[in-house]
Amino acid sequence: MADVVPVPPSHLTSVALGKTYRNGANCVEVLQGVNLELRKGEFLSIIGQSGSGKSTLLHLLGLLDSPDIGEVRLDGKRIDHLPAKTRDDLRNRVFGFVFQFYHLLPELNLIENVLSPLMIRYSTWEYWKRRHELKEKASDLLVRVGLGHRMKHKPNQVSGGELQRAAIARSLITEPEVLLADEPTGNLDVDTGKGIIELLNQLNDEQQLSIVMVTHDESIARRAQRIVRLSHGQIECLREKVA
Amino acid sequence: MYKFLICQRYLRTRFIALASVISVMLGVATMIVVNSVMSGFSGQMQERIHGLLADVVVESHSLDGVADADLQIRLAREVAGGYIEAITPTVEVYGMLNFNFAGQWITKPITLIGIDPAGKAKVGPLRDFLDSYHSIYKNGKLVRKSLRKPNEVPNWNLSPEAMEYRRDKIDRQKWYQEQLAALDREEAEKREEGSASESENKTEIQTVAAEQPSETVIDGVPVSEPVGDISEPAGDELPASPFMNPFDNNAPQKKEETDPYALMDGRIYVGIGLISYPYKDPETGEMKTMMMARPGDDVRISTVTAGRPPEHAPYLATIVDVFKSGMTEYDSNLVFCNLEELQKVRGMISPVTGKKAITSLHIKLKDPDQSQLVVEHLKSVFPSDQFSVRTWEQKQGPLLAAVEIESAILNVLLFLIIAVAGFGILAIFYMIVVEKTRDIGILKSLGASSSGIMSIFLSYGLALGVVGSGAGVVLGLLFVHYINEIEEVLTYLTGRKVFDETIYYFPEIPTLVQPSMIISVALGAMLIAVLASIFPARRAASMHPVVSLRRE
Repeated sequence: MADVVPVPPSHLTSVALGKTYRNGANCVEVLQGVNLELRKGEFLSIIGQSGSGKSTLLHLLGLLDSPDIGEVRLDGKRIDHLPAKTRDDLRNRVFGFVFQFYHLLPELNLIENVLSPLMIRYSTWEYWKRRHELKEKASDLLVRVGLGHRMKHKPNQVSGGELQRAAIARSLITEPEVLLADEPTGNLDVDTGKGIIELLNQLNDEQQLSIVMVTHDESIARRAQRIVRLSHGQIECLREKVA
Repeated sequence: MYKFLICQRYLRTRFIALASVISVMLGVATMIVVNSVMSGFSGQMQERIHGLLADVVVESHSLDGVADADLQIRLAREVAGGYIEAITPTVEVYGMLNFNFAGQWITKPITLIGIDPAGKAKVGPLRDFLDSYHSIYKNGKLVRKSLRKPNEVPNWNLSPEAMEYRRDKIDRQKWYQEQLAALDREEAEKREEGSASESENKTEIQTVAAEQPSETVIDGVPVSEPVGDISEPAGDELPASPFMNPFDNNAPQKKEETDPYALMDGRIYVGIGLISYPYKDPETGEMKTMMMARPGDDVRISTVTAGRPPEHAPYLATIVDVFKSGMTEYDSNLVFCNLEELQKVRGMISPVTGKKAITSLHIKLKDPDQSQLVVEHLKSVFPSDQFSVRTWEQKQGPLLAAVEIESAILNVLLFLIIAVAGFGILAIFYMIVVEKTRDIGILKSLGASSSGIMSIFLSYGLALGVVGSGAGVVLGLLFVHYINEIEEVLTYLTGRKVFDETIYYFPEIPTLVQPSMIISVALGAMLIAVLASIFPARRAASMHPVVSLRRE
């Protein structure tokens, strides 16, 4: 696709991003000036060994953490220095997160988990008014990720693959611009993992969803359009996938 | 929206939270029970004090009183007649009560109140305090029917039963005197012969005295007869008894001239505490009351005259009734007597005009809430250099204040119980926050704000408070409603009377449920629950999403 259309504008960029973790006298410089550019509708995967700072980079991009130096920009506008409320809102509207350990809320069933970002977004009254519409949307999404029969199950009653599908459905319900996936297949067997990547590919193709995926598994990373390697706190090599 | 959903799920799934609900519940229930019983007691007490006094009391500073009762009443009616329902003059003075019991003279300090019983009954519920108007129950069984009809106006006549007792007593005394006289005559004859010694006779007299029945059981309560009284109408020829009273010589002689059973001119209602004492039955271990004197007996009252300088003024009086208010302070201090006799003895009746002096006026109002207003009105005619005009609450201010302070301190202590429950909530919430760290991270990654996270735990705390205090209110009210049944069960289980009616004078535990108290206790508990959850909630809110997410 990338070779058919002209190069799309950059969507999410990081400029000279640096992050240092301090623990008393110990000082670990995790990221040392990372420059990364994600274009609109691009599927980018970041690979690297564990401890290389991939997750930290993803957290910085998704505003879960703030950088020590450098900037994060969305559509050219800096977003990492915004007030907490605005950043919370951006997390809710612009970014979708998928984690290695799914991170579903154990007290809620799958459809409630999928609905939870919308519950956070809307006030009680607004949510109550639109509950039927929103519930329909959530169940459509669950059907789409293949969980139509599991809606009322609690997270501890379904398998890992199903949990990750539910987590993806949850990240999609807000119709995000960027999906940030942190080792989405890390806890799954190979076949299930492939299924998840398949789903991500499909979303990327059909909805032009920009995706950043962090993984240590190169075979998984290869399914993305572009691969970036993070090593010693810097972007090392770039490889564009030829369609 | 998510706040409520998550809060509700946490409530349903965290059973540890039940512990805090229970602790709040118990605290609230305890406070409600204790407060209800306390206000029940103090309500009863106030009712009794109020009943004994009147809505408004006008007192002269001087024990000599002020002249012309009718004028004073007219003055009061002139300025506040529209508010006044009834008014009665009284004379209040200090005095001493003497009576003979088991060969000893008992002396008690008293406050002597001269009243007109019919007038006093219009001002306050006098009948409620007089023993003869009440039936006596013991363990639910009737042991004595009331001696007077409920519609009988209180008066200075003995009830038929007391009159019978008096006749019987005087007859026995007479018989005893005759025996003594006979012995004396014999002795005199012997002495003439010069063969008997005086000491032997004395022992004989004492033997006769010992043979007299010294204790009779009436109404299931052993009543000891005042043995000393027997020697009261002593003849001149008798040797002086150590229990003899010099003034006794006059009164009985006067009686014998007319009706031997006639009552004394002085009549009294005597406080139960003055003529009885509790004791433990050595056989059954039961607490019983020993009556040292009873209606129909004569006693001696000493007071002072209203003249200058005050002089000793003793007189004899017949106990007409026993007065029992349930307030120890009154029951062991007050003696009501007939107003006229007291005025006569104290020289308060002007020999020239025949006008009678009084020391106080008891006033009953049509609307007791207007007492303060009436006090203001009355002050205009009763100047403060001579009189004090007060409502009954003002007159009993220190006592009522003491009760109030007591209950305030108790409330503070009890509120500490709920505070303990609050710390329980704090600890449990802290645990839940730690346990839910990852969920907090998830919610934050989904865009939940710190204040949103905080409100989850605050509303969780509020929910626990609401549930706990709701359950506590229900439990407390049930406890209060069935408090006497619970008392019975506890008595049965422990084998010890938990609530002894002989000590408290109440047939059952008095309770008074005040809605305002319940509301404030429940709100206080909710507030404490919310306050206790602030600290854990703040901690949850301040958690870093990445750190929380990393936690497994």
